[in-house]
Amino acid sequence: MVLKLKVNHAVMTVDVSPDTPLLWVLRDVLDLKGAKYGCGIGRCGACTVLLDGRAVRSCMTEVGEVGESAITTIEGLSPDGLHPVQMAWEALDVPQCGYCQAGQILAATALLEKTPHPTDAEIDAAMSGNICRCGTYTRIRQAIHEAAAAGATARNQ
Amino acid sequence: MKMNRRSFLQLTALAGGGLALGLYRSPLARAQRPGAPPDFTPQTFIHIAPDGATTIMARASESGQGMRNMLPMLIAEELDVDWKDVRVQQAELNEKIYGRQFSGGSGNTPLGWEPMRRVGAAGRQLLIAAAAQTWSVAEGECTTAHGRVLHAASGRSASYGELAAKAAALPAPPLDKVKLKDPKEYRIIGHSQAGVDTHGIVTGKPLFGIDVTLPGMLYASIEKAPVFAGKVKSANTEEVAKLAGVRHVLVIDGGITPAAYTPWEPGMEPGIAIVADTWWQAQAARRRLKVEWDLGPAATQSSEGFRKRAAELLEAPPAKTLRKYGDVDAALKSAAKVVEATYEYPFIAHVTLEPQGATAHWKDGKLEMWSTSTLPEDGRGLVARTLGIAPDDITTHMVRAGGSFGRRLQNDYLVEAAWIAKRVDAPVKLLWSREDDIVHDPFRPGGTAGLKGGVDAQGKLTAWRHHLVSFGDDKQMTSGGGIGRDSYPAGFPPAYAIYTSAQPLMLRTGAQRAPGDNAYCWVAQSFLDELAFAAGRDPLEFQLELLSNKLAPWSAGEKDPVGDHEPSGQDVLIPERFKGVLELVAEKSGWAKRRKEPGRGMGIAAWFCHRGYFAEVADVTVNEESQVTVNQVWAAGDVGSQIINPAAAESMGQGGIMEGLGHMAQEITLVDGRIEQSNFHNHPLMRMRQAPKIEVYWRKTDYSPTGLGEPTLPPILPAVTNAIFAATGKRIRTLPLKRSGFSWA
Repeated sequence: MVLKLKVNHAVMTVDVSPDTPLLWVLRDVLDLKGAKYGCGIGRCGACTVLLDGRAVRSCMTEVGEVGESAITTIEGLSPDGLHPVQMAWEALDVPQCGYCQAGQILAATALLEKTPHPTDAEIDAAMSGNICRCGTYTRIRQAIHEAAAAGATARNQ
Repeated sequence: MKMNRRSFLQLTALAGGGLALGLYRSPLARAQRPGAPPDFTPQTFIHIAPDGATTIMARASESGQGMRNMLPMLIAEELDVDWKDVRVQQAELNEKIYGRQFSGGSGNTPLGWEPMRRVGAAGRQLLIAAAAQTWSVAEGECTTAHGRVLHAASGRSASYGELAAKAAALPAPPLDKVKLKDPKEYRIIGHSQAGVDTHGIVTGKPLFGIDVTLPGMLYASIEKAPVFAGKVKSANTEEVAKLAGVRHVLVIDGGITPAAYTPWEPGMEPGIAIVADTWWQAQAARRRLKVEWDLGPAATQSSEGFRKRAAELLEAPPAKTLRKYGDVDAALKSAAKVVEATYEYPFIAHVTLEPQGATAHWKDGKLEMWSTSTLPEDGRGLVARTLGIAPDDITTHMVRAGGSFGRRLQNDYLVEAAWIAKRVDAPVKLLWSREDDIVHDPFRPGGTAGLKGGVDAQGKLTAWRHHLVSFGDDKQMTSGGGIGRDSYPAGFPPAYAIYTSAQPLMLRTGAQRAPGDNAYCWVAQSFLDELAFAAGRDPLEFQLELLSNKLAPWSAGEKDPVGDHEPSGQDVLIPERFKGVLELVAEKSGWAKRRKEPGRGMGIAAWFCHRGYFAEVADVTVNEESQVTVNQVWAAGDVGSQIINPAAAESMGQGGIMEGLGHMAQEITLVDGRIEQSNFHNHPLMRMRQAPKIEVYWRKTDYSPTGLGEPTLPPILPAVTNAIFAATGKRIRTLPLKRSGFSWA
């Protein structure tokens, strides 16, 4: 089935079965490898992308259900890595293996969009769907606070 | 990357050869046997272009421990270039050129520390020689800084790029003769350098094994029996071959004969490989498979059966005596207090977040592989033997892995990808599903330990008897199931005995981060806490006293009561270092002034493994529903004189602690040979809301630096269970937590 998808501000056409998870369309059809496969049941968050700014699990989202919604993957957040969340991640050198981090960054981006200055409890609530097997949670939390501060600075300028 | 040999400095040097890795308790003792002939293989690590662009090759596999930083940083420091000017490139697998290219046993730091610095220093010396010749001055009058050679007397200087071509034509100095920097001069070592792949990671670049893409590539998924080594009796392969996107359906007969002892790489597991245009199509087709399995003998295994047999073996005389000194029975008889306890820990799976997989391409009789293995040369050999091809016909690209934790030391997935590729006229990417990854993991084996200890009227430990029941045959324990004969507290109590017994296991097991130590640290440090409590002593004071009491040291000429084993160097526990981290963590955590209140407590534990010393204190709260919150953890580590990349080292410490906490809630159980767990809902990992504040402190000592992958992990388990005891008076002797009535909040 031919479907049109809005991915990272571009319209892309794919010919796939509509029940294919969005994750596999992004990865293996559109060659956007940023979203990762971790569990296939929405329990790890490695596949997180933004759908109209909301963090969703692309492994559980059938591509046929996406419709007109705008999909943002890590590649589209800022290709240069200049989004405040990416910059905070880089400044604190958050990753160990790095496999979960695209999902973490997008989940954090969605959180900060709704809650520009989250408390630790709000971070815990928003981020607990994203597993980091290496255990970089301390740095992730720091990076979210740092991105929140940087975002505030950007808005005030 | 292609290099023009005439315009680049190709540093040919001698480094790192002649080393073999053992994956168990003391890998380096065997690796660095004195007198073993060095393997004088030329190395190529440094490339300097005429414009000064400096590329340093990272020889080790990278799965998150920061090896792409750590080893090149050692070279860059002695080469005397600025880190910001260095480009790090992953080397392809070629141990003849690069020496050992593995990441395991926390071995890269101790094995790389000296040779990598010498490679860098040799490069610097060549550049100085080139400059001295150009200016007709003495080499001794030249210095270097920031990628330039300087001659202060004449005010001349030249960049490494300008000197590279000339330096390349000079003979490389012998590595053992090069001059190394005084550590006081370090500008890279000991200074945090961000991960070389961090920018690529945060921008979603295709860096991982799962991201490998080749023109015309097909995707594979393998259905295996629900029971280890179960074979395909019959299947609707012709029907499945007709499904959308499916190109091949291949039956794998496999090569495993289940037996009491399952080797490290027992052969291919049988199954049915589906090769399709996309992975999702392969998966969809897999769900339509109808397979009749011959499950074989492993179907008789169950966790309940293991438990019953372990209880019988604990009561029986032990099969093996690993080490024994003093008269334990007499010491127990005369003890003022005797404590007896049985500890039980489960099988657990590695669950790297990137499931296992590999890409392979068979073309014109040669195989090209993209591998996430952390022991890639072993993988190459195994593939060659399995496929019946020459190792030299295999090229291996080393690709970043989404975690390993010991899992990727085994190469089963690599062999599968190669086996499929040899039967398919296209490159093939194999990917395991999460369910495959859990059910077919080489597990950390479970174990049961019977402990007996005695203290005298003064509250001193007088006797320690440890009987570990694990898995294997009468000759050997399964990987990760054995215990080191010198495991702490061996050598400290006046009377001591350690025994093992084994029961058969038809399952693959492997090395999970701090193999062995991740389990028996919990046993030993919990039991010491029990003994301290029985003696009415503070557990820290009790343990410091014990550490001052080395009664059976390994020393030259000492006759070991059992065998003639005599470890040496940093593989031997040095009491002062063990005490040092305990004292440091006690100070940082405020141990002496800790609050004692119902429902809240602190626990302390320490361990020595993989040449590193760590002590950890956990502060926990336990609510009325027996839910445990770890509020804070303090860790103190001693891995020698340098923390090479401090920010990464801190992160590694925090990660080891998070992983240890994760182990406490995990278990793999079997019923009729079938693994009951399948995904993160029933083999849980720690999440953000469960992550405590973790402070990591270093005690720098005058020893050569050693690795951090493993030693940070073990102490956290007993630190937490000892804290739960302090909070509730309940001793946890069975893991996971839920089997002792507790859970994470």
